[in-house]
Parts: sequence; C-alpha cells; structure tokens
Amino acid sequence: MMMREVTVRDALREALREEMQRDETVFLLGEDIGRYWGGAFGVTKGLAEEFGDERVRDTPISENAIVGAGVGAAITGMRPVAEIMFGDLTALAVDQICNQAAKIRYMFGGQVSVPLVIRTPFGAGVNIASHHSQSLEAWFMHTPGLCVAVPSTPYDAKGLLKTAIRGNNPVFFVEHKLLYPVKGLIPNEDYTIPFGVAEVKREGKDVTIVATLYMVHKALNAAEQLIREGIIAEVVDPRTLSPLDTKAIVKSVKKTGRLIVVSEDCKTAGVSAEIAAAVAEEALDYLDAPIKRVAEPDTPIPFSPSLEKSVIPDEKSIVQVVKNLVSRG
Amino acid sequence: MPENGKLLEMYRQMLTIRLFEEKVFELYGQNLVPGTIHLYAGEEAVAVGVCANLRRDDYITSTHRGHGHCIAKGARLDKTMAEILGRKTGYCKGKGGSMHIADFSIGMLGATAVVGAGIPIATGAGLSIKLRHTDQVVACFFGDGASNQGTFHEGINLAAVWHLPVIFVCENNLYAMGTRQSRVMLVDNIAERATGYGIPGVTADGNDVLAVYEAAGEAAARARRGEGPTLLECKTYRLKGHSRFDPAAYRPKEEVDEWLKKDAIARFQATLLERGIMTEAEIQKSFHDVKRNVENATKFALESPFPEPHEASEDVYASEERVA
Repeated sequence: MMMREVTVRDALREALREEMQRDETVFLLGEDIGRYWGGAFGVTKGLAEEFGDERVRDTPISENAIVGAGVGAAITGMRPVAEIMFGDLTALAVDQICNQAAKIRYMFGGQVSVPLVIRTPFGAGVNIASHHSQSLEAWFMHTPGLCVAVPSTPYDAKGLLKTAIRGNNPVFFVEHKLLYPVKGLIPNEDYTIPFGVAEVKREGKDVTIVATLYMVHKALNAAEQLIREGIIAEVVDPRTLSPLDTKAIVKSVKKTGRLIVVSEDCKTAGVSAEIAAAVAEEALDYLDAPIKRVAEPDTPIPFSPSLEKSVIPDEKSIVQVVKNLVSRG
Repeated sequence: MPENGKLLEMYRQMLTIRLFEEKVFELYGQNLVPGTIHLYAGEEAVAVGVCANLRRDDYITSTHRGHGHCIAKGARLDKTMAEILGRKTGYCKGKGGSMHIADFSIGMLGATAVVGAGIPIATGAGLSIKLRHTDQVVACFFGDGASNQGTFHEGINLAAVWHLPVIFVCENNLYAMGTRQSRVMLVDNIAERATGYGIPGVTADGNDVLAVYEAAGEAAARARRGEGPTLLECKTYRLKGHSRFDPAAYRPKEEVDEWLKKDAIARFQATLLERGIMTEAEIQKSFHDVKRNVENATKFALESPFPEPHEASEDVYASEERVA
C-alpha cells in the first residue's frame, strides 16, 4: 500500500472532499467555512472553490440553527457535515445536538435516522482562555443516540470522518486544535475505520495508558521516557468514545495489571471517570494497583500561559503517576 | 375559494381533530393516557387551512400541541391514538407519546416538545429541498411562546437569507402556558417581526379556515416559486388549558366567551350551510362518520399491547456502525 505523509488538517479535508465527490447528498455548513476563509482552522480551504457555495455554505453566527438545519436536512435525505468553529460554542447548540439529533430516531420509533456529522475543535494549548479551550466530549458521550469520535492521528482522522459521513447516526466529531498540523502517514487508497474499535498505539506490558486526542501523543512521549525507568507502557487509543471499545481496554489491563487514563477534559464525571469505572466493573480482579486518572483539575481553562500549562496534563505528570503506580509493586 | 369537495374534506378534518381531542380528553379522565396532554381543540382552522395547501410529499414540523397537525397532514387516527396511549402499535412504537408523533411516510417530520426547536429543523428541511431541486415546501408550526426563543430568530433568518421554501406558521393562541402575550412582548402582531428578516409577515384570523387557507396558499406559492419563506401568524385560541391539569384560570371569562363565539368549526359550518355546500343532514352524517372513525381508532389503540420492556433499548442507534 502506497503511503504518504499529511497533516491532520489535510487528512480531514481529504475525507470531506472524497465523500463530497462520492455522494452528492454530502454538503457542508458552518461559519466562515467558505471561499473567504476556509474555516477558522483551514480544514475546508479550497472546498467551496471546488464544490461551489451551494454545497459549502457560509452561515450566520447561529450555532443552534447550524445544527438544527443539519438535523432537518439529515432527516430529509441529505448528509450534512456541520462545523462549529470552536467546541465551546457547541454549548449554544446543545438542544439541537442532544435533544433533537440524538433523540429523533428513538422518539419516532426508528422511522428515520439522522446522518449528521458535527465537526468541532476542542482543547487547550494556544492561550485563548475559557471560551475557546475546553474539552467537553464527556457531555456528548453522556448522550445516548450520539456517536463521539476522537481521532489522534491523520490516519484515524480521515478514516473515522469517512465512517461518520457514510453512517446513519449523528456523530459528534472532535478535532483537537493542536493536532491540525500534526503529521502522519495515510494510504492513497480509500479506507474507513469502524467506530468502537480502539487501537493499541504502542505495545507494552507493565502499565496500560488509555489516552485520547492530543493526549495520545503526550502518552506516547511519556511511554518513551518510561523506557529509561525500565517501564514498558502500553498506550491504547479508544478512537471513539461512543461506542467505547471497553473490550480492548480491558484486554490490555488484563495483560498489564495497571491502568492510567489520560484525558484533557475535567476529571469529575469526565471521560477518564467513565473509562475507569468501566474497567473497575469488568476487570477489578486483574488490577495490581488502583486506577489513576491524569486529567484537567476541575477548573475553567485559564488564559496566562503559565496558568494554562499548569492545568493541562503533560508528559511529566504522566511519567510521575506511572512511576508511582508501578513502584507500588 | 377551494372547490366544494375540498371544502367538505377540510370541514371533515376539522371535525376529526375536534372529536379526536375530545376523545383524548375523555380517555385521560379514565386514566388511560399516561403523562400529559396538550389539546389542539379550538385551533383546528390553522392546521387544516395550512395543510390543505400541501401535497403528500411536502413536509411539516410540529409541537407539543401537535395532534391536530398530524391529522391535518393525513396521519392515521388509529396509530396516532395508539401512540398517545403508549401502545406498541403507535406511530413511534410507544417511545414518543403525545408530544412526539411523526409519520415520515406523509412528510410529517415529527413533533418536538422543546418550544421553538422545530424552527431550525424546518429550515434544514427547506435547505434539503433547495439542494435536491424539488418544488416541495415545509410548513413549520409553532406557538406565540416559541417566537421569543433564539431558534425563532436564528431559524427564520437563516431560511430568509437562503430563500428557503418554508412557511413559518405561528399559532398565536395568546398564552404561552399561563403567560399572556402582552406580558412578554411589546408587539401585538408577531408577524411584524418578519420585517426584521426581510420576508413577508402576514396576520390571519386563525379561527377562519378560509382566511388561513388563502394566506397559507400565497405563502406556499411563493415558497414553491423559490422566493423564500413567509411568517404567517394565525390568531387563535385553545378551548382548554395549556395541559391536562390546567383549568386556565388566568384567562378572563369574557375573553373565553368572546373566543367561543368565534369557534372555527361553527363558523365554517355556518358558511357551508349558507352557501348551500352542505345540508344539515350531511353535517349530521359527517359528525356520525367522524365519531365512528374516532371510536374505531380508540378501540384499535385500547386493544393494542404495550411495548415489551426490552424494546426500550431498541432504536437508539441505526445499528450498522455500532460494534457489539
């Protein structure tokens, strides 16, 4: 298979372009995604020129209507991909996402499906403070009816976005803003990645580190550093939070006997809490040490670089937690 | 003015809604309806006058007070009643109930119980029509209360700027639950708000089915021509309170009496008699036919089983991309 190196941004754009070529019911809507800007993070750059303004639609600043219009189009034969410029702003559309898109199929007894994709960037690290830096994926993981995708590499981003667009469920598709320029290999051929299938990003035997999105890269760096300590860590990336591949996580924990969950969202009732609980329910007997979580310490995201850095999990904190855990015996 | 056959059909539909709602009220009193109910009785002219302009492949979106919208769009009475009674044979297999009925086979895109949430969804259905290049239209029903939601502003503005084929039908029954319109907005006519979106705003007598029919007809024609949406306000009044346990004590008796005199069905009936389109005997026959239909639907619903508990976990997802 011929592979080539692209960024996450390029991979996402390729998925959108190829799916729009493949299926004329696929169209995009969102704020400044069209020919003048190409999306705040440049994901849709060039698509309006290629597919026209009808299929790449700039909208007013109306997040609830962007998603609502996506819902209405999805239940009448189209496959919309809505972009919400910053994940924090999905708060303005939570009714349409969680009460409408997620529940329409169920409330109406399965008469219809809602093939809508909502793409949005989460994550801190670029000093834009509390309204542009959050990681709110747990809100949507907590909503039955939605799928939640959390890709960490160009390969996963492209394959999962294609699955999201071709599938018939509403998908909350999380992008991490620090991942857009991150490079990786993807094949030239068309491919998709099924939802609910985790990937072991690095094999190990002493401890399982489950991480998502940008944290996957920090976990991989930490795993590299841990080798010097004689600790071989396994890094598991769930790739989708709903459905969650609990089986793969449990399988890894059974092998290593230790679990650390690294997630950029708030610790309380967050992604890490759910994964920890799932493992506690299914594999407690296999654990040699308590489950540890490395997550945001329940604060809003602060502005000043020194403050922001202090609340986001990093390699150092991951390494420290792993060392403490393994030294327990 | 529609031809006679159409007028008779409209009359029959209005009567069907009224008798259906009376039956729902009666069943509620017998503890046969779980949850709550929001009856459409009194507002029949709006749903029927609007839907008489629609084809089977046109769409509607509906609200918590939606039984009348379903019936006017051509939904089956038996499956509607079964849904209201929480039965497996209902439109939504008992998962939706009174506030969430949909029939996608007739373009009834469903009722939402979040006030105003159907407005952007209707805009999206209009966008879908535009992108698919058909001449369908969408009628979006909502109340006076919804016109104070952000979705009203966002959804109508978006439909306006994209020239989408949507008729935004505001059923102004003067009260958002118990809150009178004048306490929460300074305009008398909600249609005036259309100016802010650069689209036509029309206020019609919502208790005069022919007035609604005509106004909605113009809006539908404009939409089918690709000229964009219309905000059509229909002034009407509910016969009952907001929901089951609301005696509507906030409505002055004089006001209620005044509106009762303007009852849409009585007025339409008088018009039909006066113009010789129907006779007293035909009206009686209609009444008995409709009553029998409602009784049959009720019998079907009451004899239908409740869903099995295991069905609660079905239909959450379209299954193909979920892994076991």
